[in-house]
Amino acid sequence: MAQEELELVVSVPPHIREREEVSQIMFWVVLGLLPATLGGIYFFHFYAIKVIVLSILAAIATEALFQKTRRLPTTINDGSAIVTGLLLALCLPPKVPWWIPVVGGFIAIFLGKQIFGGLGYNIFNPALVARAVLLLSWAEHMTKDWYTALKVDAIARASPLFLAKQVKLGLFQVDLTRFYKICLFGNPSGCIGEVSVLLLLIGGGILLWREIIDWRIPAGFIGSVAVLCPLLGMDPIFHVLAGGLILGAFFMATDYVTSPITPNGRLLFGIGCGAITILLRSYSILLEGVTYAILFMNACTPLIDKYIQPRRFGVSKGK
Amino acid sequence: MRLRTFEGGIYLLGRKEATQNKPIEDIPLPPEVVIPLHQHVGPPCDPLVQKGDRVLVGQKIGDTDTFISAPIHASVSGEVKAVEPHPHFTGTEVLSVVVVPDGEQEEVRLEVPDQDKLTPDRVRSIVREAGIVGLSGTVFPTHVKLSPPKESPIESVIINGCECEPYLTGDYRSMLESTESLIVGLKIILMTVGAKKGYFGIGVDKAEAIKRIEDLTAREQNIEVVPLDTKYPQGSERHLIKAILGREVPRDGVPMDLGVLVQNVATTIAITQAVREGKPLVERVLTVTGPGIKNPKNLRVKIGTLVKYLIEQCGGFEGEPGKIIFGGVMRGEAQFSLDVPVVKGSQGIVVLPKEMAEVSSPRPCVRCGRCVKVCPMSLIPIFIVTYVMEDKIDEANAAGVLECVECGACGLICPTEIPFIQYIRFAKNILLKERKT
Repeated sequence: MAQEELELVVSVPPHIREREEVSQIMFWVVLGLLPATLGGIYFFHFYAIKVIVLSILAAIATEALFQKTRRLPTTINDGSAIVTGLLLALCLPPKVPWWIPVVGGFIAIFLGKQIFGGLGYNIFNPALVARAVLLLSWAEHMTKDWYTALKVDAIARASPLFLAKQVKLGLFQVDLTRFYKICLFGNPSGCIGEVSVLLLLIGGGILLWREIIDWRIPAGFIGSVAVLCPLLGMDPIFHVLAGGLILGAFFMATDYVTSPITPNGRLLFGIGCGAITILLRSYSILLEGVTYAILFMNACTPLIDKYIQPRRFGVSKGK
Repeated sequence: MRLRTFEGGIYLLGRKEATQNKPIEDIPLPPEVVIPLHQHVGPPCDPLVQKGDRVLVGQKIGDTDTFISAPIHASVSGEVKAVEPHPHFTGTEVLSVVVVPDGEQEEVRLEVPDQDKLTPDRVRSIVREAGIVGLSGTVFPTHVKLSPPKESPIESVIINGCECEPYLTGDYRSMLESTESLIVGLKIILMTVGAKKGYFGIGVDKAEAIKRIEDLTAREQNIEVVPLDTKYPQGSERHLIKAILGREVPRDGVPMDLGVLVQNVATTIAITQAVREGKPLVERVLTVTGPGIKNPKNLRVKIGTLVKYLIEQCGGFEGEPGKIIFGGVMRGEAQFSLDVPVVKGSQGIVVLPKEMAEVSSPRPCVRCGRCVKVCPMSLIPIFIVTYVMEDKIDEANAAGVLECVECGACGLICPTEIPFIQYIRFAKNILLKERKT
């Protein structure tokens, strides 16, 4: 046997792979977002397409430019910038001016991701960083540029959370069961990706089935909202269905990089997200609690990782 | 009913189709054998022969006085060509006895008493003289395992029939083809250590083996066959005990602390052959397989046979070979030479073709948590690796690096190809050196 000619690879075990690449994971996340994206396009037509395309392009361009100027290997083909751009677009109102998604995409990748060192090193969810900046800087556009192509009444035309605030202040009364239906099957007013809880749940279901996301985060998130609302005299069904909570629970809070790494840590993280969302919704002047709740819990992630660790094999519970 | 198993772990593709239905074959004597004088945990043996000597099959050619050691025997009859250092599968050179077979296969056997006069001490001395060690890679001298201290008596003996490594089928074939020796071996072990109960822990993917052993032990009150989930690493000693007895070996402890002794299939059969027939350990069953082998087989191989000869016996390479692995693909060692000999602990040779022999190109961790999910020791592998990367060995120690069983599940599923085992071994080496000094 001509052994001298053999070029053998010598490396540490394991010697086989049964892995999913990062790009495959990102593909599934995009697929999970697809029902809601298509729903947004159905309800908002060209306005939705414009925002989605601009946001994704801005995210990819920022990533490519940043890495090019710093002479780093490009990572745009891992798909994470596409996910960030899409997520951002889905939490923008459909009729925002064209530069809002562009600025948002830039902020998400530049401030939210690359200045920390890129994918894996960022502390906060990039899409939510961008959304928070946009909310604070251009509140007008972010809360009023709703649009509906359907002929609907006054209830459906207002953002549900905005209405809720008014109802709470006693400004007027609404029929809640009609609200539930609207949120579940298609609320033609709101951010692009929030129009139908049902479509979001279908996508979230896909991610759970593929084991891309850990059920503990959405379960903790939604569960704590459902438990806390009655305690604070609020309607749990309304608060679960309204205001992007499902989008946040399944697609934002579950971001690997910015959520805890252990199973119990993830449950705690989800519960924290839900609790803070409800506190913000009931006690702050902000309409939107989900964005800030997740960002706050992102900041707590290192702490949770440090203290919430699994019991190691062969270590008794008492120790 | 839910199968008994442990927490964590990963469901791997078995990849055993190529050889699981092929009976164990004997092969012609190789042109020469290279028998390393260090094939067990503990200090190496001293040579008992020199160049020019004629040796017989089963003749002792190396031994030492140390308790934790096992003698080495000639696997062929013939002339000693040299006693010299020779490449070994671990990547080092080990003093080895090179024998050119004369084809006679004239043998010497150990003296064994009548089976009804067998005493525990006698079994231990036969097992030692036969040079039996754990035949699953750990190569711990078996007579030591069979000598538990008085203060920790053995209550249960578990025969490890999991063979959870992909591709390998040698244990499975042995369970089918030497079922009786296997059961007798368990009985000998039970008698020797005075244990009450014996278990066979076998993965449910080996249904035929489970059935055969169950049939033959149906009347034995103290022997139980436990079908186990075919999760990886079910064959790890600690996880096997957890699955069968529901108890966890303390992290700084050994199975003996729980009164448990685990023995693998090949070792158990070797014990029977030594105690009944006086046969020293001079051959073993292994699987030569993988997509890079033309005709994969289960073989009975003389200790000291070179890998290149085994590959020839299996029709040579299929395509261009990329990686030659001693052991399994999950835990085995990649080789840079075909001139390394089979040793007592070799369970298989797996050849991967060029396209499967990729070198990892690690990227930053995305914190997906998959390594945490699959870690059978409930560690956080990525934290350990990060500490090692940052040269924080003490933190890695606190995070449990020494508890790692190196099953490799974390590296297998990592989407960013982080070579976990590399960092973990590096840290373990430093820590174990510190501990010694």
